[in-house]
Amino acid sequence: MLTNILSISLGAILINNFIFSQFLGCCPFLGCSNKMDTAVGMGIAVIFVMGLASAICWVVNEYLLVALNLEFMQTLTYILVIAVLVQFVEMFLKKSVPSLYSALGIYLPLITTNCAVLGVVLLNTQNNYNFLESTVYGITGGMGFMLAICLFASVREKLEFADYPKCFKGFPICLVSAGLLSLAFMGFSGMKIF
Amino acid sequence: MNIGKQFKEGLVTNNPVLVQQIGMCATMAITTSLFNGIGMGLSVLIILTCCNVVISAIRKIIPNEIRLAIFVVVIAGFVTIVDLLLQAFVPALSASLGVFIPLIVVNCIIIGRAEAFCQHEPVGASFFDGIFQGLGYTCVLIIMCLFREFFGKGSFGGGLINTVNGVIGTGNGVQIFPAKYGALILTLPVGGFMCLGTLIAVMQYALRKSAEKKELKEREEKAAAAAADTAKEVAE
Repeated sequence: MLTNILSISLGAILINNFIFSQFLGCCPFLGCSNKMDTAVGMGIAVIFVMGLASAICWVVNEYLLVALNLEFMQTLTYILVIAVLVQFVEMFLKKSVPSLYSALGIYLPLITTNCAVLGVVLLNTQNNYNFLESTVYGITGGMGFMLAICLFASVREKLEFADYPKCFKGFPICLVSAGLLSLAFMGFSGMKIF
Repeated sequence: MNIGKQFKEGLVTNNPVLVQQIGMCATMAITTSLFNGIGMGLSVLIILTCCNVVISAIRKIIPNEIRLAIFVVVIAGFVTIVDLLLQAFVPALSASLGVFIPLIVVNCIIIGRAEAFCQHEPVGASFFDGIFQGLGYTCVLIIMCLFREFFGKGSFGGGLINTVNGVIGTGNGVQIFPAKYGALILTLPVGGFMCLGTLIAVMQYALRKSAEKKELKEREEKAAAAAADTAKEVAE
């Protein structure tokens, strides 16, 4: 049991990192990584939403969709659950932690369309994870996202002063450097603890 | 309604991936064989066109505050339909694209077009916008697939050519040079990032060159007109 949880978490953070090996959540990864502060805020918000969404969607899937033979409605239900969840988190933060709310700003509602969140929920269903495994996969997947976005934000701060061809300005140079980071993460592939 | 202009915008000047730079997750993830690329491209094209038409048709009765929620429900409905159809009729594609078919729901291209185009434009224009933007997306996917497959594995048309018993999605494609001489890195996730980055850079270069050329031409025309004017004045 414990070994299973450990291997799921290690897999989600390093070996099958959501961004560098599964390409889930690239839009906010490229969009919110110009500054370290926004990167950290986005990372925390994603960890929070991914963990909650995994837990809630598991319950919804098990006791509502499977029980009523409505598995074909999974995608539709999941995206609605995520949208409602993000809305709730937004309201809660606005009331109780206004400083974090203002720091996250526009990025909070945008998490709804982050494919890492919907992706982790769909992968949980695909891999037949139980409640604990789903939640752990959600939280550690979010941690992997945060690790990636923070690493990339520090690379991008240096990139400002780099000298590269004019046509690579903007997204292309970011993609190429993200590719190099993903090459580094490939070193973890094939790693097994137990 | 200007179909020619929309065609040009969708494929080149306002291409969803290369110019608007949205919907990149799936572009980088699934472009490993021609079969995946064409399958994904066509799925997005169909979903985009259907969603554009429906959203444009109901654009006047959608309350502005909850429009995004309605867009998402419409999109999720069509994605579910396509997902189930693929599972039933092209199981190989469904298996190899995996989680990326349901993830079309959160693909920025579809919600982006709904937000930027369909909620202001009539049904006809939205229909063509869906088709041309979808075609632009498919073209980018095909270019990336061909490039990554050829230089990565030395093959062409994986999944479509040399199929086993004629079942689509089973073949390895035509081997042009032995796979061991290919740059394996291109078929790995790294290749996806690098390939798309380079492609966008090439596009930016081409667009800037054509803009410069246009400017130069305009300046020359202006100079010629001015010269003609002075010549006229001198003659008078």
